[in-house]
Amino acid sequence: MSKMKIATVWLDGCSGCHMSMFDMDEKLIDILEKVDLVYSPLVDAKEFPEGVDVTVIEGGVGSEEDKHMLELIRARTHMLVSYGDCAVTGNVPSLRNRFSVDDLIKRSYIENVSAHGDGGGNVPGDAVPRLLPVERPLHEVVRVDVFIPGCPPRPGLTYFMLKELLEGRMPDLKEKTRFGL
Amino acid sequence: MNESARIVTFKMDGREIGAREDETILQVATDNGIFIPTLCYLEGLSAMGGCRLCMVEVKETSKLVPSCVTYAREGMEVITNSERLAKYRIMLLELFFAERNHICAICVANGRCELQNLTVNLGMTHVHFPYFYPRVPVDASHERFVLDHNRCILCTRCVRVCAEIEGAHTLDVMTRGMDSRIITDLNQAWGSSVTCTRCGKCVNVCPTGALSEKGKAVADIAVKKQFLPYLTRMRRGKQ
Ligand code: SF4
Ligand code: SF4
Ligand code: SF4
Repeated sequence: MSKMKIATVWLDGCSGCHMSMFDMDEKLIDILEKVDLVYSPLVDAKEFPEGVDVTVIEGGVGSEEDKHMLELIRARTHMLVSYGDCAVTGNVPSLRNRFSVDDLIKRSYIENVSAHGDGGGNVPGDAVPRLLPVERPLHEVVRVDVFIPGCPPRPGLTYFMLKELLEGRMPDLKEKTRFGL
Repeated sequence: MNESARIVTFKMDGREIGAREDETILQVATDNGIFIPTLCYLEGLSAMGGCRLCMVEVKETSKLVPSCVTYAREGMEVITNSERLAKYRIMLLELFFAERNHICAICVANGRCELQNLTVNLGMTHVHFPYFYPRVPVDASHERFVLDHNRCILCTRCVRVCAEIEGAHTLDVMTRGMDSRIITDLNQAWGSSVTCTRCGKCVNVCPTGALSEKGKAVADIAVKKQFLPYLTRMRRGKQ
């Protein structure tokens, strides 16, 4: 039997969810023996491949690039996992949703910068993806198969989830994790 | 409680149960070890049937009834848990989350919040409704307490404890529907309230992180709700 193709993706999050995945320590070896990690912040693959079995996504949808990536991932993934509160609820990045994007940019790149005496006024241009009006959880943009709340989800839980998926079962995460954590 | 109340017998989840006619379905269920979720109900305060989480099925009607304000009646048949109820309860939880900005990871009540706990107990995994993201204020003008409207679910436990137990009636609710807000006195900053006795009862009964004590680390916060039934009993002159 060919190995299962797994991807992990970092959208609008703090990378804490990825850190938590690594925290499963030696269990990582157990998992990595059974899968092919075809795309991840840890893997030098430039383009998201076709035919991925499981994609675990950290972070919400905050920019046009996030949205584009997510739609591409969905089209190329069999099982999509919304991983961590940012992906599931919007969480910390969604704190910005009460303000307009213009006000945010002004605050971050003009007012706050000039307050520190280095001039400010350098609003990023074409090289940076444009922010969407609001940060949104993944399932508001594409269909999601598995939800794992937690900020971040506990390492043991990630192991449990991947094991279940590897063995062809839908992981039952009830009472195993919660929002906030 | 009325001393001369009659005893009624009825069925709850298929069990034959005897109860006093002045007991609510919620009280009877709790006494019999049956869990019915609630957020606005708190023993010792008047029941208001506001959060709707405690709804149960009653055989003679297709409507769901709030068990905290429905009394036991002779021969009635009550179901406290069914697929239909579970579905509606999760939907209600989701609506609470969609209506304000509950970001558990950065909340003072993270880990000891009744709303957050219910998501685990009732199996809510995500919110199906679009979030509303209202722009609501935080009132930190009081020297000891903070009111963060982002976390408020309008259960009015704070309003009731302040009026019914403390007797100050500093807190109240202003406007209607999604615009409803908890206010202090005549919608003025809490810090300028002349009626607030600074007793902290409201903070202790709040089920979420909407009311908190200033200057405490999250881990140090302990809420004390046990004082309520005790105070109510003492006032009735019964120990
Ligand atoms: S859920 Fe928490 S740990 Fe994960 S990306 Fe968001 S803020 Fe970071
Ligand atoms: S501290 Fe006491 S008096 Fe003041 S609002 Fe809260 S319950 Fe009322
Ligand atoms: S402040 Fe707390 S106790 Fe008062 S209505 Fe809001 S959630 Fe309920």
